[in-house]
Amino acid sequence: MTPTPPNGPEIGILPARQSSIVEAGKAGAGISCGKHSAAGSVSQRACVFCGSRVVLYPISDALHLVHGPIGCAAYTWDIRGALSSGPQLHRNSFSTDLQELDVVYGGEKKLYNALIELIDAYQPRAAFIYSTCIVGLIGDDVHRICKKVEMEKGIPVMPVNSVGFQGTKKDGYKAACEAVYRLVGTGSTAAIKPHSVNILGDFNLAGETWIIRNYYERMGIQVVSCITGDARVDDIRRAHGAKLNLVQCSGSMTHLAKMMERDHGIPTKRVSYFGIEDMSAALYETAKFFSDAPEIMERAQELVREEVAAIYPKLREYRTRLEGKRAAIYVGGAFKAFSLVRALKLLGMETSVVGSQTGNDEDYKQLQEMCDPGTVIVDDSNPLELAKFCLEKDVDLFVGGVKERPIAYKLGIGFCDHNHERKEPLAGFVGMLNFAREVYSTVASPVWQFAPRRADRYRKAAEPVGAAAKETLKEVAV
Amino acid sequence: MNIKVVTAAELELDEPRHKHCTATRNACKLCTPLGACLAFRGIEGAIPFLHGSQGCSTYIRRYLISHFREPIDIAASNFSEESAIFGGASNFMTGVQNVVRQYRPKMVAVATTCLSETIGEDMDRMFHDYLRDHWTEGHPYLVKVSTPSYSGTHMDGFHAAVRAVVAALATPLERTRRVNLFGGMLSTADLRHLKELARDFGLPLTLLPDYSDSMDGETWSEYEKLQSGGTPIDDIVATGSAQVSLEFGRTLGEFKTAGRFLEERFNVPNRRLGLPIGIRETDAFFEQLELASGQATPAEHRKERGRLVDSLIDGHKYVFEKRAIVYGEEDLVVGLASLLSEIGIVPVLCASGGKSGRLAKSLREAIPTLDERTEIREGFDFAEIGEFADECKPHIMIGSSKGYSVARKLGIPLIRAGFPIHDRIGGQRILHLGYRGAQQLFDQIVNALMEAKQESSTVGYSYL
Repeated sequence: MTPTPPNGPEIGILPARQSSIVEAGKAGAGISCGKHSAAGSVSQRACVFCGSRVVLYPISDALHLVHGPIGCAAYTWDIRGALSSGPQLHRNSFSTDLQELDVVYGGEKKLYNALIELIDAYQPRAAFIYSTCIVGLIGDDVHRICKKVEMEKGIPVMPVNSVGFQGTKKDGYKAACEAVYRLVGTGSTAAIKPHSVNILGDFNLAGETWIIRNYYERMGIQVVSCITGDARVDDIRRAHGAKLNLVQCSGSMTHLAKMMERDHGIPTKRVSYFGIEDMSAALYETAKFFSDAPEIMERAQELVREEVAAIYPKLREYRTRLEGKRAAIYVGGAFKAFSLVRALKLLGMETSVVGSQTGNDEDYKQLQEMCDPGTVIVDDSNPLELAKFCLEKDVDLFVGGVKERPIAYKLGIGFCDHNHERKEPLAGFVGMLNFAREVYSTVASPVWQFAPRRADRYRKAAEPVGAAAKETLKEVAV
Repeated sequence: MNIKVVTAAELELDEPRHKHCTATRNACKLCTPLGACLAFRGIEGAIPFLHGSQGCSTYIRRYLISHFREPIDIAASNFSEESAIFGGASNFMTGVQNVVRQYRPKMVAVATTCLSETIGEDMDRMFHDYLRDHWTEGHPYLVKVSTPSYSGTHMDGFHAAVRAVVAALATPLERTRRVNLFGGMLSTADLRHLKELARDFGLPLTLLPDYSDSMDGETWSEYEKLQSGGTPIDDIVATGSAQVSLEFGRTLGEFKTAGRFLEERFNVPNRRLGLPIGIRETDAFFEQLELASGQATPAEHRKERGRLVDSLIDGHKYVFEKRAIVYGEEDLVVGLASLLSEIGIVPVLCASGGKSGRLAKSLREAIPTLDERTEIREGFDFAEIGEFADECKPHIMIGSSKGYSVARKLGIPLIRAGFPIHDRIGGQRILHLGYRGAQQLFDQIVNALMEAKQESSTVGYSYL
């Protein structure tokens, strides 16, 4: 890495962070990851509570009550694009809104009253009670209250052990899996066909689960439950009747799949629905699993042929405009990063920086293998580092979430939102086309000609002096 | 026009209107540290630092970014389980050192969280130990504010942070003509407008905080670790020698504000005003500017007021006795309701998630004509606002974008004002203050009502 970035003051890397940054194609020790964030670094990670909240949020006929002071509930009110085809209860933000006296004398009574009233008012099919930092300190017996309410109201009431400081976002995923697992196995498995799956780890952002579900159904596979995209409590209850768990999103649902494998003997396949390659592989892998029915594979092949044919001409058009552009990726889970690297490659783009909040050793090894030499690979990064890498690699595009967006824009770099807030479906074949359009609509926008960091290049490119300049013009103006 | 005004009495909406709900459902307030973090970013070279969990910093950053559409870096001591049990002192020490090393700030502004407050962290001791071990010549200022999120709202955090900074830095120097202005949680357009007014009155002004550049700046030509802009630290030091402090906030009551601190400690007179929204509240503010500058209101601003009055007359019939719901921070609600009452709109509900205990009193002070048609609710949430709206059938709502779902359900226009605006570009640039702000708000309100009428009409006149 060059020691001084091309723009601005030097951005130093904290000594505690240096081992979490590696370069593809370089020998050396592995990356340091899965640790607590360094004190004082502005991590892009959130907390245990956040991990649980994002995973369980889309269960739309359940009550989600955050037990703690108001912030945790207020900041997670209706911010995700997880759609429901029916109830919208999940889009509310319910909080016990603990006050000073509750902290002193305990919040159990308030929790109990709040729960009883909310269940009476909204008639949910189940309730999830999220513990926050404070609850972990004042020692409310949330389990006891949940049990009591469960008895009184006759619906499952699950405590979610999501105390903010007790681990990382990943531990929050695990706590969510533990909570939701209490539902699995409690419903009837009648009418579940031999060729059936659960879709795990897709959250129906902008309707993505619907797209995926439709593919499987077209192949003749029954989808028993989606956990948790557009999920219903009753579907989750009978999830154990499915023959296969398809797990997307590296961290969030692996734990649930493992428990279902252990207790119900349901095998797991890890899949991704982003990009043509991964999407097709997901369908083929599933078809292979049901090899007793060769017609499933035939339908899969036909489906892929049809879908790819429908988007390919347009994709090729985008590719000619995007060829050679450089991208930075910073996302929550590393598995998504793999798909993005591949999807960008399909668009002729090179990934120069890639990182995640929660990747593990193996994830980063895989990234090192699939990226071109020189690509910066980073775990649990922060705004300063990300800006430094973007400047050093002079990227044209940043793929990330809300917190990364302003870094990109301030530096005159295009941005594609690939986070929970997104409103465009990016999964499936149609999602690949949307992704290409999203990338193209930011990279090719004329606004960058006015961004100070890039204005010079546009000016130079506009000077009509010979072929070299014309080449540059082609390059910068897309 | 034939509008039947439904009064609270007619609807039999006596208290308790709704069965009290223990849970807060869709809060109309945010947590204390958020306010502190925003206030700190309005100080030149200051980086906010939360002593507590990492999630607080991340959530608050995202919430602020989605409104301002600017980066905001908030460091955190990133508590682990061990820190929660044994105390966060070592995380604090390392954290501050790391922040100083990476950001080279002029100030590290520390706010606590519910976590550090509950375990009873001794911040004084930590500051003392840190400075003993790590202070060197030119070390950035360290200030701290106590902001447990189980007590108060983001507004309490905001005002407490401003006071903490002033209390830490202000010194009594020789009295000057300078005016301190503690505006509260305003938009960047409001902040710029206040500075323009002071300039036009020829008044040297210390506006604290001032995030008009740091949270609404240009695209960078080179990387800015901490966005430039903010109240200069020297100016904060000089607040102790100002001729007067002006602070906005009728509902502040006994709150220990920066203005009160300077009055008690350094005899800087403190004048408390309502947020200058609408004509009368703005008149009161201009009076103070005239007093402090010894100069009459410049012609340009007199004309701005004149044009505003002229437009109110042009549009008055379209708004008269329409029913509005106003919600948000208590002082914003007082200001907006004051404007509405000046143009003949009935604020049928003035609601806030805050609980100062002074909302009703402040509204009556600002609006002497307020009558029983107006319901005033503290500690209200959006579920309650929605339930109220189902009954009182308002024509319009005014407040943050968080009221959108209620307005959408009712099929009435929402005029976006205050914080946050998460569903539009430019939410941070909405001007509320002064005659110009009133003009912009009025135009939006009257046009939204005209549009609603036009859209619902079977005739659809293009000439109104």
